[in-house]
Parts: sequence; structure tokens; C-alpha cells
Amino acid sequence: METLHLEYPATAPARQRVLVGVVASGDLEILIEPATAGRTQITIHATGSLSPDLWRKQLDRLFAHGAAAAMHMEINAFGATPGVISLRLAQAMEEVGT
Amino acid sequence: MSHQQEIAHLLTRQSFIEQGARERARSLLDSGTFRELAGPFNRLYSPWLAAQDIATQADDGVIVAKGRLDGHAGVILAIEGGFQGGSLGEVGGAKLAGALEMAAEDNRRGNPTRAVILFETGGVRLQEANLGLAAIAEIHAAIVDLCRYQPVIGVIAGSVGCFGGMSIAAGLCSYLIMTREARLGLNGPQVIEQEAGIDEYDSHDRPFIWSLSGGAQRHTTGFADALLEDDAEQIRRQVMQFFAQGQPALPRQLRCRWYQQRLASVDTARQTDAHMVRAIFSHQKDQYE
Repeated sequence: METLHLEYPATAPARQRVLVGVVASGDLEILIEPATAGRTQITIHATGSLSPDLWRKQLDRLFAHGAAAAMHMEINAFGATPGVISLRLAQAMEEVGT
Repeated sequence: MSHQQEIAHLLTRQSFIEQGARERARSLLDSGTFRELAGPFNRLYSPWLAAQDIATQADDGVIVAKGRLDGHAGVILAIEGGFQGGSLGEVGGAKLAGALEMAAEDNRRGNPTRAVILFETGGVRLQEANLGLAAIAEIHAAIVDLCRYQPVIGVIAGSVGCFGGMSIAAGLCSYLIMTREARLGLNGPQVIEQEAGIDEYDSHDRPFIWSLSGGAQRHTTGFADALLEDDAEQIRRQVMQFFAQGQPALPRQLRCRWYQQRLASVDTARQTDAHMVRAIFSHQKDQYE
């Protein structure tokens, strides 16, 4: 199992906690909690073939511009594929309301 | 029902099977009363899966939801079949057993609390071995304890089904609801094939497997009390109806002598099939109702 920590600039704290997904085969869960303004921290626990570099690219796309709310995000993934990861991330971001 | 009505029903029906464990619990509780205990943000991971390099889930695959059931205090215990086949280890098992024990304690303190268990499980989590087995034994004891005060209702909707030690937990429930898609069995089909050989039990022969352990057969042979469509509203109504009925006249667990007699009469030299199983358990209703 790989563990990966990422940090991004962010805006105001996220307004609510969010949970999406399930750690089923090929899938993942995402837990979001509000963090102090200005910084988002992400921890990824993943089994499967997706390299840390590909995970970073997926999350860079959402957070590198610094316009998203500040949050602690935790991802638990069980052999999740890139397509499923981006769908779950989109679902989580929609629910958190950014 | 006319063809048109059937189509209309299909389009408006809310599937129960397609929902995750948390949504299932929410759909059974009175609207707006769902409150989760020991939830994902408490981060009660299995310490054993991570040590074996297996992905963990923040709620360990068991949802404990308190709320109201038709206005009465209730707790729903929902197992997430998608995570590790709904298997029960130390943490998830303790959540389930602890919540049932709390419900029994609430009843003793004069606060009548009802429980519904949503089974979607292969049984004990092999990676946690004895800890899972111990937890399942505690769950059995807690169901029997709680049944002294309130009916305990089990639902096996599918698609995982209910196997292993948790099939005994399902058998201990006052009432058991199944769908046609669900299966109930002590041993899973693959385990039986592995132990007895493919000639006796072909786990890939799906019609054969469902004819023995599927919801329709389990209902016909008296192991399930209701056979329903995959319809969240129908399932919710049936749960409430069973609570309204109160305790069954003679719970399944007290009929064990009769079951033993029936099993002793089985000719094990013959290949079992659905018809034979129906014949074995067919007198049950005459004798007890």
C-alpha cells in the first residue's frame, strides 16, 4: 500500500464534511473536512497500479490553481482506475460545493 | 398489474440493492432522523488490514445509524458489501455487537429500542481470523439478548448475500426479509465446491446455486419470512409491519429440535436439489402455525 501526502494553496475553509465512495474493488472513498483558510492537505492510501506521479497529476488538476476551498482530504483507494478516481473527485468536489 | 402499470412501477421504484449501506439505513429510518455513531470521521480503521497491505475503509464497512422507525427509537446496522465482501473483522464486528448490546441495555432502562440488521456479508474476515469469529459470537449473543425485548429484523437484499457465521445471525433474527437476488447459506458456494468437489456442487452453475440458497427457496422452506421485490419502499413497509406484529409465536431459534429431526432424516447419498430441500422442510408450517 502506498501513502502519499500532497499540499496545495487554497481559499476559505470548506463549509462542510463530505464522504463519497466505497473502498470496493476498483473504487475509492474520499473524506473531506474543513481546514484553516489558505491550505489544503491531502493524504492518499492506495493499493493498485496507479503510480504516485499519476495520483499527483489527478489532484494537481483540481487544486494547483489554489481556487478551491481549504480542506483536509483523505483518499482510501483499492485498485481504483484513473477514470473512477476522477469521477469520485468530481463527485466529492460537487458535494463540498466548490 | 397491466403492462403499462408495470413499466410505470419500474420507472418510479427506488432500488434497495443499488444503494450503499449508508443509503439503505437512511431509506429505512424516518426522514431526517438518521444519526450515525462511530462513523467514518471517527476513523475507526481495521488495524489488521493495513498491516497486511490491504486498503482500509474509514468506517470498516459497518454503519451504525440511530434514528426513528415509525416514530419509535431504533438503530440500523448496515454492512457494506462492497468493502471486503462485507466481511466482519475486529472493528466492524465490535460496532455491530456493541450497538446491539446498547439497544438491549436501552430496553432494560425503560427506553424501548428496535434494531434492524442489513446483512450483506461473506461472514468472518479471514485476515482478522479469531477476532472476527469472536465478534460474530458476540453478535449472536446480543441478538438473542435483544430478542427478549423487541423483535430483531434482518434484511438480506443482495447482491452479496449472507454467509458464514453471519448466516447464523440471520437465522437468530425474529423476522428475516429477502429478495429473489439475495442468497443465504452457512457455507458459500465456492467453499462447498472446494471441499466437496465440483460434481457435488458447481459454484458456477448459478441457477443451481440460487435454487438452493436464493431468496425464493429460502422463503418457501421457511428460513425467510418475507420475499420482496428490490424496492426500498416495499422493504421499509415490511420492516414496520413486522415490528407492528411483535414477537413471532415461535422464533426459529426455538424450533431447533424440529430442524435437527428433519436433517437427521436426509439421505446424504443422494444429490440434493431444490425439490428435495422443499420436501424436507415442507411440514414446518403445518406443525407450527
